[in-house]
Amino acid sequence: MPQDQLQQPTRRTFYVALVNLLGAAAAAVIAIPAAVYLLFRPKSPGAGTMVEVANLADLENGVPQEVVYTRTRVDGWKATKEKTTTWVVKNGPQSAVAFSPQCPHLGCIYHWEDESGAFRCPCHASAFGLDGKVLAGPAPRPLDRYDSRVEGGKLLIGMQVKRS
Amino acid sequence: MNGVRDWLEERTGLPSALQHFLDEDIPASAGWPHVLGSVALFAFLIQAVTGVLLALNYGPTPTEAHASIRYIMTELTAGPMIRGLHHWGASCMIVVVVLHMMQVFLWGAYKKPREATWIAGCALLLLTLAFGLTGYLLPWDNKAYWGTTVTTQIMGLAPGVGPYLKRLLGAENDTIGTVTFARFYTAHVIILPIIIVGLIGLHLYLVRRHGVTPSTQDAERPTKKFYPEQMFKDSLATFGYVIVLVLFANFAKLGLGSLADPTDTRYIPRPEWYFLFLFEILKLLQGPLEVLGAVVLPNLGILALLLVPFFDRGRAIRLRQRTVAIALTVFAVIGWAGLTQRAVATTPPSMEDPDAGLRPPQPWREIPPEQLAAIGYFERDNCSRCHVLGRSVSGPDLAKGPSGKPADLLIAHFTKPSPDSPDSRLSAAQRKALVVLVTKRDDRVLDVWENPPEAAIAGAMLYDARGCAFCHTLNGSGAKQAPVLNGLAARRTRTWVAQHFADPPKLSPNSEMPAYKFNPQDQSAITDYVMAIPK
Repeated sequence: MPQDQLQQPTRRTFYVALVNLLGAAAAAVIAIPAAVYLLFRPKSPGAGTMVEVANLADLENGVPQEVVYTRTRVDGWKATKEKTTTWVVKNGPQSAVAFSPQCPHLGCIYHWEDESGAFRCPCHASAFGLDGKVLAGPAPRPLDRYDSRVEGGKLLIGMQVKRS
Repeated sequence: MNGVRDWLEERTGLPSALQHFLDEDIPASAGWPHVLGSVALFAFLIQAVTGVLLALNYGPTPTEAHASIRYIMTELTAGPMIRGLHHWGASCMIVVVVLHMMQVFLWGAYKKPREATWIAGCALLLLTLAFGLTGYLLPWDNKAYWGTTVTTQIMGLAPGVGPYLKRLLGAENDTIGTVTFARFYTAHVIILPIIIVGLIGLHLYLVRRHGVTPSTQDAERPTKKFYPEQMFKDSLATFGYVIVLVLFANFAKLGLGSLADPTDTRYIPRPEWYFLFLFEILKLLQGPLEVLGAVVLPNLGILALLLVPFFDRGRAIRLRQRTVAIALTVFAVIGWAGLTQRAVATTPPSMEDPDAGLRPPQPWREIPPEQLAAIGYFERDNCSRCHVLGRSVSGPDLAKGPSGKPADLLIAHFTKPSPDSPDSRLSAAQRKALVVLVTKRDDRVLDVWENPPEAAIAGAMLYDARGCAFCHTLNGSGAKQAPVLNGLAARRTRTWVAQHFADPPKLSPNSEMPAYKFNPQDQSAITDYVMAIPK
């Protein structure tokens, strides 16, 4: 052990403690805003406006219809216009649901199979009924639905996905 | 804890290497003046960390840079803090590096055998300035654009190599653009960081190799250890630096100018404060002397700094006896401060709104008034019963692309959309405006169409209905008999515009404009609209 350490243990300990404290404080002053910056959600995540995807009069009860539509998605500092799809199932004269086109298991794109009367995901063989309920496979929950409302006989959907 | 330490020691030897580093012997006279090197190192680390954080939310192209900085500033919590730390950190780092250099200069710490340490330090100062210069362009606002235009022009003045330097910086034909941006960005985030990390390593190695310069009285006194007492002083100074920087980042105003606009003739570019003295020298030395101020003097200054250890080769003497060094430092500080003060005093204040770039872009301010009005006619005539933007329904999706149908066919369609629909309520002129909207619209107009700004559309419909475009031009559309109305808000007040509508000759004696009577609501709609259109 060096000489001064033996002679002045308290003074040395005091300095060491202060060095550690000041170092930690300086690091925290930078690290805290950095964590907030990276981990907090952007202030206006761009819920976007509702988009009209179907005229209920054109749909047949209980027959899934794949609708291709264009929406504006806020992606960071850009608003991107993109084509996307949704599976719409009419389940009453004035009501319909719009499913997110991705399997709730791991995000693969599923499709409707007329022969088996089910939505089938090709990746891991999950199957879903007309109401989105899981019929088979590893899917952890029913198909996700877009928030939607019917206005003047038309189905409008938003960007937010509701987990069932 | 000791188990981990022993394991690490046995496998890597790092703990004892760190111990060895901290146990450096330093002269008894070392103390507070010697903390500046550590502070400069820490200042660099903060720039590196905040720079990486900014890069994680930055689109490094001229088309995206400005929007991504607006995103950082307005959408991200703590975004202004991170950008503030980086922006003000650049200035603070330059202050610390210069103070460090002044301390070394005054103490004469560059003398044999420390000449190489001094030269590496000078290179680090120049690199710090190069970081400032290249980073200045990256927000891609007017300040960045015009400031860098001037910088590249100055480099172009260098005898012989000027044109090549400009080509290297992507600034040929006296304009800067995508290539300049790519070069500056690459320099700022790849080339300069690699060089500075290597040079900092060399500088630190040389400091350790030769040790802290002892004073003349240190020969009789025992040395002391760097750790923990000097380390405490360094830590306290560093912490003080962080506090000052955070206060700057939190309280000093840091805006974002409007997107770089090569057509803006009113913008007055000026450099960052630490380059203002050079900017002033350029104003003092004009004509044939320009190259002296722009190229010769700055390079002579750098050369003189590098050669300091070779001019002053005398033995070490006490600080108080170093009168020449003290005089030179005082002279340099006064000269710098005088030039900077003069530069500040003689440049007019900027007319630009420093926060203009923080507001989201409003494309309706940039499209021709008749197209904005046509969006209103589209809504008023219930076209959306059959046409939905973004999807084909009973009518085709008009967002897909401009229509290629002939105008007479479209006019006929607008007059009687389908056999069973009611007659259109639109006038012939309004139908014509709709034809232009449907056939000529670009993506900007489509943006406005999809998110129609009701108040502005009401104003544009009045502008269109009253035939303002028969004499005036607005956003590039209309006749040129009367003044162009873009940028009206910069020339006239609202009251003036209101009175002018009521009685034009009263305010402009030669005006041929007839008087327009509006109800108060319309008056305010059309005035708001016209005055919102930028230059």
